[in-house]
Amino acid sequence: MRAAEGTGAPVLHPIHAILMAFPLALFAAGLVSDIAYLKTAVIQWSNFSAWLIAGALLVGGGVLAWAIVETVFPRRTERPRALAYLAAVAIMWIAGLINAFHHSHDGWSAVGVTGVALSVVSTLAALVAAGIGYSGQRAGRIVR
Amino acid sequence: MSKPWFIVAASALALQACGQSNPGLDQTGAAPALPDRQETLVPPMKIATPAGWNGQTPTVPSGFTVTALATDLKIPRQILVLPNGDVLVAEGSGGATAPKMRPKDFIAGYIKAKGKTKVKGGNQVTLLRDADGDGRAELREVLIKDLNAPYGLAFVDGAIYVANQDALLRFPYQQGQTRITAPGQEVTKLPSRINHHWTKSLTASADGTKLYVGIGSNSNIGERGLDVEEERAVVWEIDWLTGARRTIAHGIRNPTALAIEPRSSALWAVVNERDELGPQLVPDYLTSVRDGAFYGWPYSYWGQNVDPRVHPQKPEMVAKAIAPDYALGSHVAALGLSFATQGGFGGQYAEGAFVGQHGSWNRQDLSGYKVVWIPFAGGRPSGKPVDFVTGFLDQNHARGRPVGVTFDPGRRILLVADDLSNTVWRIAPTR
Repeated sequence: MRAAEGTGAPVLHPIHAILMAFPLALFAAGLVSDIAYLKTAVIQWSNFSAWLIAGALLVGGGVLAWAIVETVFPRRTERPRALAYLAAVAIMWIAGLINAFHHSHDGWSAVGVTGVALSVVSTLAALVAAGIGYSGQRAGRIVR
Repeated sequence: MSKPWFIVAASALALQACGQSNPGLDQTGAAPALPDRQETLVPPMKIATPAGWNGQTPTVPSGFTVTALATDLKIPRQILVLPNGDVLVAEGSGGATAPKMRPKDFIAGYIKAKGKTKVKGGNQVTLLRDADGDGRAELREVLIKDLNAPYGLAFVDGAIYVANQDALLRFPYQQGQTRITAPGQEVTKLPSRINHHWTKSLTASADGTKLYVGIGSNSNIGERGLDVEEERAVVWEIDWLTGARRTIAHGIRNPTALAIEPRSSALWAVVNERDELGPQLVPDYLTSVRDGAFYGWPYSYWGQNVDPRVHPQKPEMVAKAIAPDYALGSHVAALGLSFATQGGFGGQYAEGAFVGQHGSWNRQDLSGYKVVWIPFAGGRPSGKPVDFVTGFLDQNHARGRPVGVTFDPGRRILLVADDLSNTVWRIAPTR
């Protein structure tokens, strides 16, 4: 049993996995540039964050749509796992959307405590989603 | 699954609520009521889309008539009346060098453009002559071509001065001339890096020895970095003989029009204040420009109310900030200022200032979009603003948007540039 765990087909389709790599990396990078802005008050870091979050949302929107389809019609995994993955992606994306609007403020208000907190939420949720999505599963558990 | 939509719908509702202002708040005069700051997730935006005049004209008080002195101009901004009565109109649009830095800049730029003319700025000064005084210019010539977003105009010692978005130019002029082909002589360069607020307002001192130029900030509130704000949000005093200049006022966010108050000979300005702090912050203002004064931008507004969006904050600068003289209302976008001289229109319009208000985008209930009269006594404002030219709004659409206003004592007329319908309006007492 133990040897079989973590082997077999991963939860995500390869293309889905590639898409998920974008919000995973971009939200994390946005968090780093948020921290850099709060440390230095150099406005360009805040601009970087705004674009990183926008990019994460753009590709993340496709990930969210795909996750919804996978939950309604589970083909590659069982529904509870698909639901857990969807929940993580949804939290990531919604926190990111609010944060994109928050980052449209001028000056310090673009980031501040709220902005960096939302970046932390999106980054952690992206890590959880990727952890679920990239892990393998026993072939026998796959539905159909 | 409906969670994102719920959030979007809820925030949309919240925004509607937040963009509304409290009509009971008095935001004009020497001591405007200032509500708490409201930084909503998305700033309230309401654009009055163009409607056209369709044969109608602006509304003026009884006893006055209004005519279109000229139409189909190429974005008229500021107006100057020459000694012989010829009317000069600066036409153009600048700020194209301001780069879009964030996703927001693209979206907000697109939305705001919906409230502007589609006509391309002329980059010229047009001369209008209404010799028979019927309110329509029968002669129209391009006096000066190939300018770079001209805005401020002045006439001193027989020469015409034009404030381009990057330099102050002097043009030799002969009375009655309708075309100047001689190249402009550069008096001094003006700060033009980025040029987020590109308009360079201009007026001459009462004795004609100095020129004053208003230079707007390079951002709303420092979001382009404070290193690009050197010699921005200032008023310069320039000796036109030598080009030597001195900064006489700082922290004056966007001084879009300058004029000399005739009784005191003091320099006054209308100034556009910062956005995105709520529908009723911060009031735009009319103020005398006090030599050496700091008016707060970006660190504080209306005196010493700290703006938390600026980092690093500077309490020592906030401590220096003085409050302006007279609030005009929040987001009205005052772009024109002209004092009544030589008795003005007489009666209640004998002593005071006309202020052109281009109109708001940053509140759900539109404000501005009119020309107001502010009565003065003894060289100071002495009462509440009175609507003088209205009718620029047709419900939620704009027929026009006033910019520069110029009172001409020689012919006893008020001229109003309208940069949406590309018209210069002429208001005169009914004979």
